[in-house]
Formats: sequence, C-alpha cells, structure tokens
Amino acid sequence: MQSEVVIEAEGLTKKFGNLVAVDSLGFQVFKGECFGFLGPNGAGKTTTIKMVNCVLPLTAGKLTVAGMDVIKQAREIKKMIGVAPQEDNLDPDFTVLHNLIVYARYFDIPKIEAQKRAEELLRFVQLDEKSKVLIDQLSAGMKRRLILARALINEPQILILDEPTTGLDPQARHLIWDKVRSLQKEGVTIVLTTHYMEEAAQLCDRTVIMDNGKIIEEGKPSDLIKKHVGEEVLEVAYDEEVLKFLKNAFPDARLDVVSDRIQVFTNQPRGVFTQILNKFSFKAAMIRDANLEDVFLKLTGRRLRE
Amino acid sequence: MKTSKVASYFKMPKLSYRVWRVWRRDQDVFMKTYKVNFIPPLVEPIFYLLGLGLGLGDFVQLVGNVHYIDFIAPALVATSMMYSSFFECTYASFVRMYYQKTFDAIIATPVSLEEVIAGELLWGATKSIINSTIVLGVILLFGLVHTPFFLLILPLSFLVGLLFSAIAMCFTAITPNIDSFNYPAFLFITPMFILSGTFFPMGGLPVAVQMLANIFFPLTHAVMLTRALTLEGLNPTLLLNLSWLLVTTPFFFVLSINMMKKRLIK
Repeated sequence: MQSEVVIEAEGLTKKFGNLVAVDSLGFQVFKGECFGFLGPNGAGKTTTIKMVNCVLPLTAGKLTVAGMDVIKQAREIKKMIGVAPQEDNLDPDFTVLHNLIVYARYFDIPKIEAQKRAEELLRFVQLDEKSKVLIDQLSAGMKRRLILARALINEPQILILDEPTTGLDPQARHLIWDKVRSLQKEGVTIVLTTHYMEEAAQLCDRTVIMDNGKIIEEGKPSDLIKKHVGEEVLEVAYDEEVLKFLKNAFPDARLDVVSDRIQVFTNQPRGVFTQILNKFSFKAAMIRDANLEDVFLKLTGRRLRE
Repeated sequence: MKTSKVASYFKMPKLSYRVWRVWRRDQDVFMKTYKVNFIPPLVEPIFYLLGLGLGLGDFVQLVGNVHYIDFIAPALVATSMMYSSFFECTYASFVRMYYQKTFDAIIATPVSLEEVIAGELLWGATKSIINSTIVLGVILLFGLVHTPFFLLILPLSFLVGLLFSAIAMCFTAITPNIDSFNYPAFLFITPMFILSGTFFPMGGLPVAVQMLANIFFPLTHAVMLTRALTLEGLNPTLLLNLSWLLVTTPFFFVLSINMMKKRLIK
C-alpha cells in the first residue's frame, strides 16, 4: 500500500566542526504518511529536517526528496515543501495577512491568487478575524497557527513541522493536531519532529526515535510500545519490601525506581497486574497503559540533555 | 589550499529575478512608514546648510571664489548616500538576520541566501537613491545647483549606495553583536565624513592623510563626483573617481555575499 518513497536518506551525516549532529542516518518517508522524528533536545531532529528542506548542506551521505537531490535541485524541492519552523520567524513588520502575501511572492504566486489563498488559509487556521493585526499582538498559539498557514501558502506536497505545538496550551495544541490530520487526509505527506510523545502517538503513522544523532528505533508507535514496554505499567510507592516482592513476582519484568516510585514493565498480557493487586494491597498503586513516553525514556534514558 | 580559501570569498553568486522579491519585501516595509522615513534626509541638510553654510560660511574664504555653502551642499548629498546605505545594511540588515530571522524564513522558499543578500544590497542602494534625492531637492531649493549635470547624481547615488551597502554587509557578516557596529561606524564612517573633502578642501590636510583618503575612502570619490555634478560639470579627472567606484563595488558586492554565506550556512 505504502509504496511511493518521497524522502530517502542514506548515510546522511552532518558535522559542525568536531560535533557530529547527525550520524549516518538512513530512513524512508512514504507518500501520504505522517512520519515523526522523536528525540530529546540535541538529538539531531531539527538538523535532519533542515537538510531535507535544503537549507543546510550535508557533510556526507545522500538525501533525495521526490527523487531529486537536495544539493543539486534545492530550488525545485523547496517549491514543493512547506515548512513550519520551531522558531517564530514571522515578519514583525507586517500584519497577519501581509505576512502570507509577502511569503507567497517568494514562491512566485500571482498577487490575486496569493490574496485568495491567504484568506482561505486564515479561515483554515481560524485567524481570519486577526488578518489586519500586527504579529506582536498575537498569542503564542496564534503565531503557531499563522506559521502553519504560511507553510501551506504554496500548496505543498510535503509539510515539515518542527515541534509544532511546543509551548502551547491544550486547546491550541488540539487545534493544530486537527489541522494536521485534515491535511494528511488531503494527501499531504507530513514530517514532524517532537519531543511530546502524545503528539507522536496521536499523529504519526511511523516514527523514528533519535538520540545523539542516530536512529535508535523505528516503527509504528503502537508496535514500539508493545515491543519495549508491554501493554500495561504498574506503579507503586517505593518500599524496600515491595520491591523485593515484585522482583520475585515478576522475574522477567523490568523494574525502574524513579524518585519515590517503582515502575514495573512486563511483556505479559494485560491483566497480570490486576490479579496481583486483587491479592495484595500496595501503597499508592496504580495500573496504567504503557505509552510512548515509557519507550522513549527506556531508550534514551533519564539523563537531562543540554 | 590557501588560494582556494581566498577564492571561496570571490565565488560568483548565482542570482535570479528572485533578488527583487527580497527587495520588494524591504520596500513594502519602508512604504508603511514612508512619512517618518522622509523626515531625516529632509531636515538634516537644512540645518547643515543654515549652520555651516551660512553661519560658518561667512568666515571661510575658498580658492576660486566658491561660496562655502555651494562647496558643502554636494558633500551633504554624497554623505547621505553613505549614511543611508551603510546603516541599512549594518543595523537594519542585522536586525532582519539575527533578531527577526527574516532571512531564515525566506531561504525556506525557492529564494536562495545569495539572492536574499543581493536583495538587501540593492535595497541599501535604493535607500541611497531615495535619501540623496531628497537632499538634492533641498539644495536645489536653496539654489545651490549650478549645472544640469546634477541629473547624473541619481545613477551615481545607486553606485555609491551599492558600494557602501556591500562594505556594510561585510561588517554584518563578521559582527558578533549589534553593538559592535560602533567600531566601523566611528572608526570608518565618521573619519570619512570629516576627512573626505566634505567640509574643507583636501589640500589642507597632511599629504599622508590625503593619500589615505584617496586610496581607502569611497566617500572621497563620491564627494568629488557630486561636487563636479552640482558646481562646474564634467572634467577628465572624474574618470579616476568613477573608475575607483566601478572597481571596488563589484569586488565588495561579491565578497559580502560570500562572507554572509559563510556566516549563515554552516
């Protein structure tokens, strides 16, 4: 079903001086899917997508977008990509509407068409009432939505979203997610980076988890969860005796002690924790679904980055 | 190895019509506040003409019976070319590059970084045309223009503006922060403003300073040319001044684009 490859990397490497930011990555993004780069800060996610977007030259390796080489055919590739960068680089000298009109000009979109698309896009991201407002009067969520609208002005086939919801409140975040889903339905290929696991689980068909410039795992979010942390997690308050008991009860499980809590991960099917809890009572015990965050922390560790 | 490194600073940029998209962006911003933008070039020369031209001018006796106010008027036109373009491509370009991330936003589109910088340089040159034309209008009203050759000041202001924009952009490419523009502003622009034959004939200066001003100061050549174009018309020595500008402008144009590429594309 997913046959046509739109982005393909082979041995993709980027060095800044001695620092290897991206270390011989290989990945494929298929047409129409939502592909996520997950990783802690400094993992190399943004560096990778900047190379896809042809604004950062490669140190080594090969990278093609729609079969075109990112170095030789940068202009052609940039025409078909829309980018919503992590940093706010909206033009503070212009109003909301004029930001889109000026941006359309860089894509050679004729003025009348630009006006039409800009108005449509402002409705799409629910900013039509703000069209005459200057950028610094927008909230963070509105700015993100405008950046999304701007990324769509050239009707891109590939949409790149770099941390699209960082710093947003839940309302603004869900609105962005809705828009991303509806774009994917229209057939737009979406590449996003995030360190919000819920975001990746909600949106992505496939993800790669990056750490220190390398891809350390790859797959569907649900498969990754099952593979690495099972279906359910048991959490109880830390106690020496309880820890000993759990170790005996679940000899194959992974037990993590995180501050004052014990987390138990097991490959056994749903329900084993309920059986235990029915027999014994632990202080502050709870059973929850395993999630991508558990996978992420397992694979990348708990050490703080940067 | 070493020669290829030098050569990398003079690689010919690949430019297309997209340069004008960047120029249009800057022009759009300028037009939003054009009323305010027109005030400095309109008001400043009036004060210079009244204060220096009439006030100080009474005490000054120049060779060839030239009135002092006639002598400084064309210099005011030339310095406005310098200031408008130099400050556009230092402080203003730096703000767009560093604080507003405007360049980052543009290079995510089919416009290349080389075209962004070239667009900025052309806009700096355009600011030179706009401002110097206003100053020229003022000195015309004061009756300080004595030959129809003054019309050639328009194309000249483009050339001089492009040169100062390119020199400015070289500083923008290496400045660690916006405050560091004080160095070129006070160590390069201010001495030039005083020593380029602007407010007194160069002949009064020590020979070494004269040589320095002739070799290194673009403003010296801009002043010579504008003065001829408002006072006495063309003469053959102007070819030297023009040639100086025609050689240095493409040199710094290409250099500044490559320096900016090295700063922004790692």
